[in-house]
Amino acid sequence: MTWIAYLGRRLGRALAVILGVLIISFCLVRLAPGDPASLMAGEAGVDDAQYIQNLRHSMGLDQPLAQQLWTYLRHAAQLDLGYSYRNQATVWSLIAERLPATLLLMGSGFLLSALIGVAMGVLAALSHRRRGIADRFISHAALVLYATPSFWLALLLVLVFSVLLDWLPAFGMASVGVELHGWRWVLDYASHLLLPALSLSFMFLALYVQLTRSAVLESLNQEYVRTARAKGLKPGRILYDHVLRNALLPVVTYAGLQLGQLASGSLLIEVVYAWPGIGRLLYDALTQRDYPLLLGVFLVISVLVVVFNMLTDLLCRVIDPRIGAGGQRS
Amino acid sequence: MLQLFSLSSRTNASESNVSWRPLRALASIVLAIACLHLGAAWADADANAKDGGVLNLVSQPEPPSLSHAVVTHVSTQYVSGKILQGLLTFNTQLEPQPVLARHWSISPDHLTYTFDLQEGVRWHDGQPFTADDVVFSFKDFYPQTDKRQGDIFAEYVASIDKTGPLQVVFHLKKPFAPLLSSLGSGLRPIVPKHLYEGTDYRNNPYNLNPVGTGPFVFKEWKRGAYIRLVKNPDYWIQGLPHLDEIVFHVLPDATSRAAAFERDDVQVLRSGDADYADLSRLSALPGVVSSDKGYELYAGLAFLQFNVRKPPLDNVKVRQAIVYALNRQFVVDNIFFGAGKVAQGAFASNTPYHDPKLPQYGYDLAKARALIKESGVDVSKTHIRLLNGEKGGAWERLAEYTNASLQPLGFKVDVVTSDAATWFQRVSNWDFDLTYNFTFQIGDPYLVNSYLYRSDNIVKTSPFGNVGGYVSARTDALWQQVANQPEGPERTQSYSELENQLNEDLPIAPIFEMRFPTLYHSEVKNLLQTATSLNESYDSVYLERKAP
Repeated sequence: MTWIAYLGRRLGRALAVILGVLIISFCLVRLAPGDPASLMAGEAGVDDAQYIQNLRHSMGLDQPLAQQLWTYLRHAAQLDLGYSYRNQATVWSLIAERLPATLLLMGSGFLLSALIGVAMGVLAALSHRRRGIADRFISHAALVLYATPSFWLALLLVLVFSVLLDWLPAFGMASVGVELHGWRWVLDYASHLLLPALSLSFMFLALYVQLTRSAVLESLNQEYVRTARAKGLKPGRILYDHVLRNALLPVVTYAGLQLGQLASGSLLIEVVYAWPGIGRLLYDALTQRDYPLLLGVFLVISVLVVVFNMLTDLLCRVIDPRIGAGGQRS
Repeated sequence: MLQLFSLSSRTNASESNVSWRPLRALASIVLAIACLHLGAAWADADANAKDGGVLNLVSQPEPPSLSHAVVTHVSTQYVSGKILQGLLTFNTQLEPQPVLARHWSISPDHLTYTFDLQEGVRWHDGQPFTADDVVFSFKDFYPQTDKRQGDIFAEYVASIDKTGPLQVVFHLKKPFAPLLSSLGSGLRPIVPKHLYEGTDYRNNPYNLNPVGTGPFVFKEWKRGAYIRLVKNPDYWIQGLPHLDEIVFHVLPDATSRAAAFERDDVQVLRSGDADYADLSRLSALPGVVSSDKGYELYAGLAFLQFNVRKPPLDNVKVRQAIVYALNRQFVVDNIFFGAGKVAQGAFASNTPYHDPKLPQYGYDLAKARALIKESGVDVSKTHIRLLNGEKGGAWERLAEYTNASLQPLGFKVDVVTSDAATWFQRVSNWDFDLTYNFTFQIGDPYLVNSYLYRSDNIVKTSPFGNVGGYVSARTDALWQQVANQPEGPERTQSYSELENQLNEDLPIAPIFEMRFPTLYHSEVKNLLQTATSLNESYDSVYLERKAP
């Protein structure tokens, strides 16, 4: 199969997945009890039946459900995600305002978990061969991290590093009302980002440790590693060229899946650190039954997941050239 | 001061018998002027010591709008109260105090209210504030945006007239005692006519970018993060406000809010910002002040709502038995950690509308059993659904406690917990047997409480109406009576009769009067001054500088 045909097929599948996500989300959201118009009226302190009826009409909620779904899909196909009456803004503008914060958090969390996790995994595997204490320590620490609820850990980090030690800010993405430029600006963002990114990375770090450890141990026992040693290659080169390169494949595959999970997994971290990201936007939209915003966020998250999976496939192809365009090893 | 110095100089001159009088007089004047300047400098230094600084507050939840003229949500009022102002406010004794109205008078027949407005007031965009804005707000804006206000005005107000550039007169068709209560800054801020006239009021862009007359000007709203207000340099009270900025941080997690308060990242926690279980720990921190003041006008009441359409709750003896079976003191002490006191009736006990001689429902399980027996109802035959909304952990514990308390009487209670949106819809559609809710009295009970009881408010639109389906010709007539009576002994008597009747019928069981502890760092001064303190303009709030 040619690359163009492969990509075409993947894109077709991706569109089908996104359409499926939209239809299922639309139906699920409408199955849940709760009426956005009466909620909005309640917040406004209005109990006027006519006002609520007008609001439902403006939102199109007085139309049959199938008609509402068709209208929504038609508009979504034209990249019109609708209007959030509760926020009095278009869904695109709300998502565009919050998505960069989530991408920054996700990216940092992903990098921290992948880099630290892989490094610790390699260290543990090498220590295991020497029956060292580092392996036991890293494996147990990874297990504890995996078993610890991320929001609890996040609160603990705030308590230690913000309240007790006063080293890092407790919430937000940047200092408010302060004009900062250059490195000061970068440092301000970095100091706000560190704890949320660490908390997010802990969710996945343990899995990277375990995955890398077992993959490296498996590779270390392969004949090509023995051959490389017999050839007299330096240990560092054996590790980098032969062991890691082969061990990375399951890790990269997992990383692709993790990026998708990060998009939704960042919600709790965003709540604890008051990080103005898309996870909180999703939560607020759900509690307020803000249907267009809810579906818009679902759409963006599903697109992110699909894109990350496609990128993972491509990366696997780069790491292991034996993998063909169809995704199977030749 | 000048006279004192002159007198002193004359005495000295006569003693020395030398003709230094002109020089001494001159010296006295110079000295006097110097002293005056020194005094003024001290006064300035005092004022300067109060000026400046950023007050950091918590906004939770994030407000749906920044104008409490269109959205009465408490989170909106908290922010918008610093930007928009009304004609008057209320002190802790619930007496009206001037804001944009500097003076008002009421005719002896209680049919004419004349308001003289403050001079030199300007909107944040530089336009002058005039009587036209007041007339527009009450004649056009509120009747369209608030049906209750519209209905009240249609029934009681004959006309609202501008009788001068800074004078407005309300002519009433018949006396309406709660009129002043309904014109407070917290409920009815004045909106700028030049920005709202001819627009769709509810969707006007200035609801998100408000222009007011208040001490702080809206600067920036970064959704999900913060709302920033800056000092109004042209505020109509000279020398105020003291603060440079107010920043409202959107912090969704209660534990994070507590941590931010501990670090002094935010200086004030309103009731509800911190978990009830955390209050005693936070209030014991050094330099932290805890106070219940500033909510006198709101007078929150937590109550158990009965759906009186459904058996066995349609039986008054069953409802009375339920209240006797609830140990409300236990609820206050152990579920809400002391944040309240047991309710003594339908109306707040700190207001003159409450009858202090009202018979009380104490915790009495034997009496509860006797009442069930008297009712002749087998309560075990019907499952009762206690619909529990997502109001926080304490309310969930209250629902479970209620379930446990009613079991000894034979009730079979199913606690159904739902999120806020589901609770809202089900209660609005009368789809419940029991549910907990709370209300704010906001001064005169007629303005808010009456809607929970009046039979003309049995409508499926809001959980804050007569959702229980209570119908009583006698209480309906008494509500009408208190609305029309001027303040005085007769009105007090009518309110007493009304409260006694509600206490007997119990369509709603008052559980406890809510206490709203505010925690703040001691450097924040003048925070709790009126009956609606936290939603006030903060024009006189300042930050005391800490010693270096």
